[in-house]
Amino acid sequence: MSGVLVVAEARRGAVRDISLELVAAAGSLVRGAGGPLVVGLVGADAEELAPRLDVAGVDEIVTVRSPREHFEAHVAEQALEALVADVEPAVVLLGHTIDALGYAPALAARAGLGFASDAWSVQWDGMPVVRRGAYGDRLVARVEFPGRDRVLVLMRSGAVEPAAGAGSARVRALDVAFDEAAIATEHLGYREVERGDVDITQAEFLLSVGRGIGDKSNLSQFEELAEALGATLAVSRPIVDAGWMPSTRQVGQSGLTVKPKLYLAFGISGAVQHLAGMRKAETIIAVNSDPEAPIFNVAHYGAVADLFDVAEALSAREA
Amino acid sequence: MKVVVCVKQVAQLDEDFELRDDGRDVDPDCVEWDLNEWDAFALEAAVRLGESAAEAEIVVVTVGDDEAEERLRACLAKGADRAVRVWDGGLVDADVMLVARLLAAVVEREAPDLVLCGVQSSDGVSGATGVAMAGFLGLPRVAVVTGIDYDASARTATVERELEGGLVERLRVRTPALLTVQTGINEPRYASRRAIKQAREKPLEELTPADLGLDAEAVARTVASRVTAMDHPPKGDAAELIEGGPDEVAARILAIVEERVG
Repeated sequence: MSGVLVVAEARRGAVRDISLELVAAAGSLVRGAGGPLVVGLVGADAEELAPRLDVAGVDEIVTVRSPREHFEAHVAEQALEALVADVEPAVVLLGHTIDALGYAPALAARAGLGFASDAWSVQWDGMPVVRRGAYGDRLVARVEFPGRDRVLVLMRSGAVEPAAGAGSARVRALDVAFDEAAIATEHLGYREVERGDVDITQAEFLLSVGRGIGDKSNLSQFEELAEALGATLAVSRPIVDAGWMPSTRQVGQSGLTVKPKLYLAFGISGAVQHLAGMRKAETIIAVNSDPEAPIFNVAHYGAVADLFDVAEALSAREA
Repeated sequence: MKVVVCVKQVAQLDEDFELRDDGRDVDPDCVEWDLNEWDAFALEAAVRLGESAAEAEIVVVTVGDDEAEERLRACLAKGADRAVRVWDGGLVDADVMLVARLLAAVVEREAPDLVLCGVQSSDGVSGATGVAMAGFLGLPRVAVVTGIDYDASARTATVERELEGGLVERLRVRTPALLTVQTGINEPRYASRRAIKQAREKPLEELTPADLGLDAEAVARTVASRVTAMDHPPKGDAAELIEGGPDEVAARILAIVEERVG
């Protein structure tokens, strides 16, 4: 049992970015753990998409043809089980993604694998060692897997730069006899959240507010401030969950990914799902009363201050 | 119908928290306990399913110490009928897989039509306990659900699953099934004073792993990870702090705005 199995992800005919990030993470892992580095891809179109995964460092690509056109968690779980049995890796790497969260923990439970999710890194220290956030990323935990000779890790997206460079991997199809009776869901369709008349992904300057604004009645103050500054108003998830703003304004993993020139955040603590949607902004300014808020780890400028005081001072200066 | 809702009490760190002597976790004296936000939405979803059924029982389950009883009482006040708390001293450092195994043992005993969990907990952020339970139980499951329409006669649920980037998938799942529930799926209710009082009389069962047929060896065998150390994260390129009062901060922010997008 050696080497690393990376399980790539595709959706609607395209390989997802996390796949090549996982290959990069696996690349440094096999230097300690030993090879090979195998990439598995499951899908109705897995064979057609396989060449996209042929990047430097990959030894072999194993495709599994899914009996369903779209991702199905119970198909994915069976395919993963077959891939693990075939490749016999020491470490299995997947993305900490919505799809993987729907099946990978189930196999880890059934198969008795060492398990960690939302990992920042996996390293080989004579054994696999994971680092991951704890308590909303306030702390970092070192995680080991005593007594487990095979470990499954879900890696946070954006944790490493994606692998690049032409590869020369073998490509092989693995035939899996799926248990149709276990495929418990039926795909009914996709629905895109409407963009509405404001497209925050196109704005150069976003003024973004989060849970820190406290009450819906405080929202108008920031709408007015955004207008005065020439910014577009965006929000973090709790504001949408509370029904105060439509999801077309939501920045984050489940909302929209934005890349403005300037991102001015008020009262946003910086949960990882939010950071995933805005960390590529050119300049980030964060105003938060909590000096330990994780957003200060990605911001270029930070002010530990009462957001209402700062907002009022800004309004007064712009008036 | 019968719905089991799995909940967790989560730790919110005090501003000046300290680590435990062994350095593997936070000193429990430095935290405040609360019901996990995601679980509040899962509970509300279960209570609403119960309200629209002819007959329903909502059972809320947790793995947690004495403190967790208060959280279970709050769930009972918000509409759960009965509570189960699993604990013994050996579970202090329980990982995702062990918690999932213990919850699965309770679900096995209860044999519900649906199991609802929050997508993740705000302190552990594993996002895995529910789906791991489904693995132990061999139950159909859908993760990150933002809409549930249960059809008792067809024994199916039509659900919406939230994907990244504002994409939603609609799918139908066979029940019994386990769903992990995303925030925003509903508006969790507040408990009335009367309901809080009535909740004190509702049954709250306390079980040990042994009561569920899991001896110390089985517990040890299920643990799939061990935190060996906790530390403060490295401050990468830390933000340049803007010092001063609100007016000075505002002036500096305006200067940056002018420079970047002026």
